[in-house]
Amino acid sequence: MTVETPRRAPLGEWATRLGELAPALSIAEQPFLTHLSLRVRSRAPMAALGEVLGTGLPRQPCTFASGTGRAGAVDVAWLGPDEYLVMAAPGIQPELESLLRQALDGTASAVVDVSAQRTTLSLAGPAVRDVLAHGCAIDLHPRAAPAGTCVQTLLARTGITLLVRADDEFTLLVRQSFAPYLAAWLVDAAAEYRTERT
Amino acid sequence: MQLIPCPWCGPREETEFHYGGQAHIGYPQDPSALSDEEWARFLFFRANPEGPFAERWSHSAGCRRWFNAVRDTRTHDLLAVYRIDEPRPVIS
Repeated sequence: MTVETPRRAPLGEWATRLGELAPALSIAEQPFLTHLSLRVRSRAPMAALGEVLGTGLPRQPCTFASGTGRAGAVDVAWLGPDEYLVMAAPGIQPELESLLRQALDGTASAVVDVSAQRTTLSLAGPAVRDVLAHGCAIDLHPRAAPAGTCVQTLLARTGITLLVRADDEFTLLVRQSFAPYLAAWLVDAAAEYRTERT
Repeated sequence: MQLIPCPWCGPREETEFHYGGQAHIGYPQDPSALSDEEWARFLFFRANPEGPFAERWSHSAGCRRWFNAVRDTRTHDLLAVYRIDEPRPVIS
């Protein structure tokens, strides 16, 4: 007999401390999102994939695309020349996986559920670029990193994937085991922005 | 900190990369025909030039792809960066 244990969000215990950083920086964890690793070659049936995802695969390195397809709203991030990360609502791993498998039927490709690897943080607020700049070497100025940018890099020596959604709105993916460390670092780095700037 | 231009991601800090040694070393056609000395030479002996040197690098904190680079060992200037399936560019 297996015992069902309730899932615990990796940063559940950090929600209050992260919430206290608002309004300069509002951080909310979105745990348990569906993350599928998609490995496809350029000869893959892009039309069938596009129908499932609601968007084409991002063609440019270091970008992501969003769409609403047969599996609902998804983000597809470029992780490598033949590697993509499909992000969708929690709990739809089996459906999305089988839809993608059907679309890719007979081609050299792979769809792997990697949802347990990362947790997702939504970052927004006027200080978000300043806080990230304390530990990230990437130029996050809107001119250098416009909306639609997706970079894999180091933030405070931790490997992250950073999606730029708008000028001061980011999505940050981090390994679950590194998430408490990164939350502690974010709370520390955001300390000087906590009072409203006048 | 030195910036290394990844062929996919563009210039990134060197801490995102790992070094992979000399590039363009072919695996022996018939390894079992080699003598111990020839096998040791394939495994352990690498060039150590003063000047341009073709090396492998991995963008391990980014796109995790291997690529080749020609680096001047005297100045650490990266003279060329190219994908793993491309031939070594001619550098005068």
